[in-house]
Amino acid sequence: MANVFRPRADLWLRQIAAFAVLASVGGTAALYYYGPPEYTRVGYAPLQPTAFSHELHAGQIGMSCLYCHSNVEESPHAMVPPTATCLNCHNQVRANSPLLAEIREAGKTGRAVAWERVHKTPDYVYFNHSVHVKRGVGCVSCHGKVNEMPIIRHDQPLSMGWCLECHRNPEFALRPPSEATNLDWSPPVGQTQVEVGLHIKQQLAVNPPQTCAGCHR
Amino acid sequence: MRNVVLLFVVAALLTAAALGVRGRVSENRPLMLVPDMDFQPRVDAQSESEFFADGRSMRTPPAGTVPFGGGDYASDAGAPTPNADMLAGDESYYQGKKNGKFVENFPLALDIALIERGRERFNIYCAVCHGGAGMGNGITTKRGLVGVPNYHDERLRKLPVGEIYSAITNGKGQMASYAAQVAPRDRWAIVAYVRALQRSGHAALGDVPVAFRGELEKTKTDDVKPAPAAKAAPDTKKSASEKNP
Ligand code: HEC
Ligand code: HEC
Ligand code: HEC
Ligand code: HEC
Ligand code: HEC
Ligand code: HEC
Repeated sequence: MANVFRPRADLWLRQIAAFAVLASVGGTAALYYYGPPEYTRVGYAPLQPTAFSHELHAGQIGMSCLYCHSNVEESPHAMVPPTATCLNCHNQVRANSPLLAEIREAGKTGRAVAWERVHKTPDYVYFNHSVHVKRGVGCVSCHGKVNEMPIIRHDQPLSMGWCLECHRNPEFALRPPSEATNLDWSPPVGQTQVEVGLHIKQQLAVNPPQTCAGCHR
Repeated sequence: MRNVVLLFVVAALLTAAALGVRGRVSENRPLMLVPDMDFQPRVDAQSESEFFADGRSMRTPPAGTVPFGGGDYASDAGAPTPNADMLAGDESYYQGKKNGKFVENFPLALDIALIERGRERFNIYCAVCHGGAGMGNGITTKRGLVGVPNYHDERLRKLPVGEIYSAITNGKGQMASYAAQVAPRDRWAIVAYVRALQRSGHAALGDVPVAFRGELEKTKTDDVKPAPAAKAAPDTKKSASEKNP
């Protein structure tokens, strides 16, 4: 009976084994790098039905977030503004712009504009905007520099680890609640973020939940 | 062995080239490897509905119904509180009118906190058009919005407070209603601040508390500035006395 394995089989075996080791190391590394929301979500910037620009409205024109997201201080949901809010200005400003055709159409027919959702926590997570904004967590901590984004982009991972990182040490993010919508706020000269944060944490008795039932209720 | 390493390097490079780095901007929906219970068969705020013909899952209340329950947050957290405003019965408070005429006096007590609140709300909702000092020169007027009046005009200074309130609540001419964004109490706070602005536009030196006069003389300018917090004090008195003439 001839040899089942040729002399080269030994080499093949070694090469396959080496490749398997490399591939599993590489695959694990890739999974760690590409698996978490830091990769999957951050940078998500869907095309919206209307070319609405935060960079223009919140940046150049300097509108407060609350003009449009007016619920954010009172409600769990920041909410995307109704068409009527756009028409406050756009019944006059750029009233014939083709870029606003969708908005005018929606205003006339009462149909909703199908904005593409960017940020979404899973349905088993309880998230509440008003608690955060009223306690001095700025929009910028969770949404990034929205006033510099022509198209809204997912800026933070919104993963559980990320939520908890802040809930353990909120002083790295806290600011006076009146500055929550001011994305360019920085601590007053001579004070560090941690000093300001610790002061506010004490003053408002900020105590974010770290127990499971705080966010999974 | 060299081939194996080469193959691995090529595979790694291909993966990296295809997937990019973290934070890469992409129009594609995030990949959901394990969707677990991320999307439960429930209705989220502002979500799309396949059931209703207009595609909205949030319904408009039928005409004539009265909202029940308290603030959104409390209700959402499972603790609906009785709503004091349920029937919106106080006509002068909720409509700015009494017996069909605009009220001349504030239907709530004024204090400095309310005016401060009014200033904050005014700067959010009104200043983009009316300008920080109410001169009708907000930033949108430089980008094509016309017809914004100056609060310091004679006619607007004579406007009953109820009519300013009504302009916010129901809109007026070219200006749309802000009732959806501004709650009744905040509307009155804004009205109080508008009154304070109007007052400050026509203030004499004698209206300024003595302590601040020196400062004013130093920085004399021609245009009206938005009333700074310290200057709002005399305005409070003025507005309060308006309430009980
Ligand atoms: C002129 C009205 C307007 C203003 C002012 C405004 N927004 Fe928006 N915002 C919108 C609209 C419309 C959308 C939905 C379209 C989109 O995502 O681009 C939106 C979407 C968003 C989203 C993404 C929502 C999602 O789908 O997950 C975030 C985050 C956001 N805004 C934050 C802000 C912040 C922070 C500010 C203040 C700096 C601000 N916005 C000011 C109108 C506005
Ligand atoms: C406070 C007034 C105001 C509101 C409210 C507002 N915008 Fe604008 N918008 C402007 C101004 C001012 C411009 C810039 C016009 C210019 O530069 O000539 C603009 C420009 C735009 C443009 C670009 C138009 C073009 O032809 O270049 C789009 C699109 C737009 N807005 C969408 C929206 C949408 C959608 C909303 C509602 C969520 C909205 N805007 C709400 C004031 C407003
Ligand atoms: C603590 C983090 C955090 C802060 C602070 C925060 N957001 Fe959000 N935001 C989120 C999360 C998480 C979501 C997704 C919510 C969901 O899925 O229900 C979200 C969603 C949104 C949306 C989409 C619509 C909605 O209601 O879900 C808008 C608009 C928005 N945020 C605007 C704002 C604005 C404006 C501010 C500042 C006033 C702000 N956010 C502050 C975390 C935050
Ligand atoms: C940048 C800091 C920060 C981040 C990020 C953050 N939180 Fe918070 N969270 C806070 C603070 C501050 C409070 C207020 C605690 C208090 O009221 O004492 C809070 C409170 C809460 C509460 C308590 C609400 C209540 O009704 O008691 C919940 C639930 C919560 N956060 C969920 C989340 C979730 C879910 C995320 C991630 C998507 C998140 N938070 C991300 C800072 C943060
Ligand atoms: C600060 C808020 C917060 C707290 C506290 C918290 N979680 Fe979470 N949890 C989240 C968020 C947000 C997600 C969604 C993460 C995502 O979508 O990437 C999540 C997701 C999960 C998931 C699903 C993971 C998956 O991908 O399938 C499990 C399981 C979970 N949490 C268990 C727990 C347990 C157990 C505790 C208590 C030790 C806890 N959580 C405490 C916010 C929280
Ligand atoms: C989108 C721009 C815009 C915004 C924002 C706006 N207004 Fe106006 N406002 C106008 C215009 C335009 C008019 C002139 C209306 C007319 O006479 O046709 C006006 C008129 C008025 C008048 C005079 C009404 C009268 O009887 O003549 C008052 C008072 C007023 N606005 C108050 C406010 C207050 C308070 C706010 C903030 C809640 C506000 N406006 C926000 C554009 C705006």
